[in-house]
Amino acid sequence: MPFQSTVGDYQTVATLETFGFLPPMTQDEIYDQIAYIIAQGWSPLVEHVHPSNSMAIYWSYWKLPFFGEKDLNVVVSELEACHRAYPDHHVRIVGYDAYTQGQGSCFVVFEGR
Amino acid sequence: MSKKYDAGVKEYRDTYWTPDYVPLDTDLLACFKCTGQEGVPKEEVAAAVAAESSTGTWSTVWSELLTDLDFYKGRCYRIEDVPGDKEAFYAFIAYPLDLFEEGSITNVLTSLVGNVFGFKALRHLRLEDIRFPIAFIKCCAGPPNGIAVERDRMNKYGRPLLGCTIKPKLGLSGKNYGRVVYECLRGGLDFTKDDENINSQPFQRWQNRFEFVAEAIKIAEQETGERKGHYLNVTANTPEEMYERAEFAKELNQPIIMHDFITGGFTANTGLSKWCRKNGMLLHIHRAMHAVIDRHPKHGIHFRVLAKCLRLSGGDQLHTGTVVGKLEGDRQTTLGYIDQLRESFVPEDRSRGNFFDQDWGSMPGVFAVASGGIHVWHMPALVAIFGDDSVLQFGGGTHGHPWGSAAGAAANRVALEACVKARNAGREIEKESRDILMEAGKHSPELAIALETWKEIKFEFDTVDKLDVQ
Repeated sequence: MPFQSTVGDYQTVATLETFGFLPPMTQDEIYDQIAYIIAQGWSPLVEHVHPSNSMAIYWSYWKLPFFGEKDLNVVVSELEACHRAYPDHHVRIVGYDAYTQGQGSCFVVFEGR
Repeated sequence: MSKKYDAGVKEYRDTYWTPDYVPLDTDLLACFKCTGQEGVPKEEVAAAVAAESSTGTWSTVWSELLTDLDFYKGRCYRIEDVPGDKEAFYAFIAYPLDLFEEGSITNVLTSLVGNVFGFKALRHLRLEDIRFPIAFIKCCAGPPNGIAVERDRMNKYGRPLLGCTIKPKLGLSGKNYGRVVYECLRGGLDFTKDDENINSQPFQRWQNRFEFVAEAIKIAEQETGERKGHYLNVTANTPEEMYERAEFAKELNQPIIMHDFITGGFTANTGLSKWCRKNGMLLHIHRAMHAVIDRHPKHGIHFRVLAKCLRLSGGDQLHTGTVVGKLEGDRQTTLGYIDQLRESFVPEDRSRGNFFDQDWGSMPGVFAVASGGIHVWHMPALVAIFGDDSVLQFGGGTHGHPWGSAAGAAANRVALEACVKARNAGREIEKESRDILMEAGKHSPELAIALETWKEIKFEFDTVDKLDVQ
C-alpha cells in the first residue's frame, strides 16, 4: 500500500518539556519517579507558575527545596498542597542535584489552565 | 657536570630509553602502539619514538650541549606487550611540561604526532592515549559553557536531548531548509543540525540559511512552548569568515553554532571556542575526517585522544558514534571516551581503553552526541549506553517517517521519554525494549508507524578497531 493514502496530519502540541509527550501519569507512576529522585540522592523541590508564563527560566518555589527529604509521602503531600494553593498553575517536581547545581529530573505533575 | 661533544650517530636507546624513570605529576604521558620494522629491537623503536617526538634528531649535534637536554627530553619509561599481538607493543613516554606552550593543543599534537609518524624504522605507529597533567589542563579554557550551563540555557533536564540533521544534506534552498528545521522542531526535537558539508554553497548562501533557520526556531518556540536551537555551521574557508558567521548568528539571537574541529583545525577551534564563551554561545562540534585518522587499529591516533584534545580546545557537544547505528564503534571503547568528555576524574581502565588516570580538574563537561543510522528501535539501547548527558540524533530516523519530519520527531520524542520514564521506574530498558516501545506506541500513532517502518533495519558488521584484550 503506498504511503500517500495513509499520510496523517501531525498537529503541533504545546508541551512542558520532559515527559510532555507522554499521557498523564497515574499516581503510582508519579510515585515511581519521585522515588527515583530520592534514590539518586537529589533534593525534591516543588515549583509552580501561571501557564501564561511557563517558558520563564524561574518558576516560583513552593516553600524551599526539601533538602535531604527521603520520605516519599512528605513530597507527595507538598505537591498536593502546592496544587491546592495554586489550582490554576502548572506544578512541577524537580530533583535538585547540588553537585551539578542542576536538575537531575524535572517534570510537570499538575497542569494548570 | 659538563659533557664533551662526540660527533656521530648514537643509538636512540642510549639516551631515550630510561626504564628506571618515575614519571612526574607534571609530565605529559603518552602511550603509543608501535610496530617496528623487522629486526629492530623494541627498546630502540620506543626510544626513537620518544626522541623524534621531543628533542632528538638522527645525529648527535654540537648545539645540544648549549642546553641541559636531560631536562627537556622525552623518555620511554615502559614497554608492554599488546595482548594477542606478536608484532606490536605499547611504548609509554613521558614528556616534560616545558616542551609545550601553555594551553596549546596544536603545539602538543605537532610534537607528539608530527614527524615521528613517518619514521622509517616504524611500520606503524598509533597514539593510543595521552595523560594531560592537571597543570596543563588548567592552562586550557575548555568547553565554552559545558553540560550544566547548556541545560540551564536550553531548559532541558532529566533526559538526553534530541536532535536531527537536516536532509537532504545538500541542495535545499534557504527557505526550504528552514521549512525542514521548523517541521522537526515543532514535532518535539530540541535541536536540528546543519550537516557538516553545508557551509555557503551557491544553492544556499549562509546568511540566507541563518535567517530562515532563525525564523523557524522563533515560530517553533512560540507554538510548542519549549526552547529550541539549530547548530548553525560556521566552519568556513578562513578564520575571518568563520567569525563573521558566528557574529551574525549572535545578532539573530541564536543559542548554538557549530564547527568541524579536525578539518577546521585546532587553532580555529580553540579561537572559536573562546569567542563562544565570551559571547554566551553554545558550540556543537562535528568530527569530519576523524575516521581517516582513528580507524586503523595500528596506525594513526585513537579517537579517545582526539576527544580529550577537543575537550581542552573547547566544545559543548561532540560526536562520539552510536555503538548501535551505521558507523564504527565498540561499546566499551565508546564508554571509555565518553567518560573522558564528561567526568571530572577518569581512572585507568584497560577494559575501556583508558591507559592512564586522567584528572580533569574543574574543566566543564561535553555532551556526547550519538548520530548516524539510528532509529526508534535503538532508543532503549542508546539511553542505556549514553545516559542523560547526551544528544541523540536521528536523521533518516526522523525525515524518513511516512508522515514526514514532524511526525518522525514526535515518534522519537515519545520513544525517548518512554525509555527515560521506564528507566527511572527501575525497569531494565535494554532487556524490555520491545515491551516499552510497543506500550508507548499505543498512545502515539506517530511512534506506532515508526516502529513498523524500521522494524527490520539493523547494522550488524564487526568492529574494525577493537580493544586489545584477550
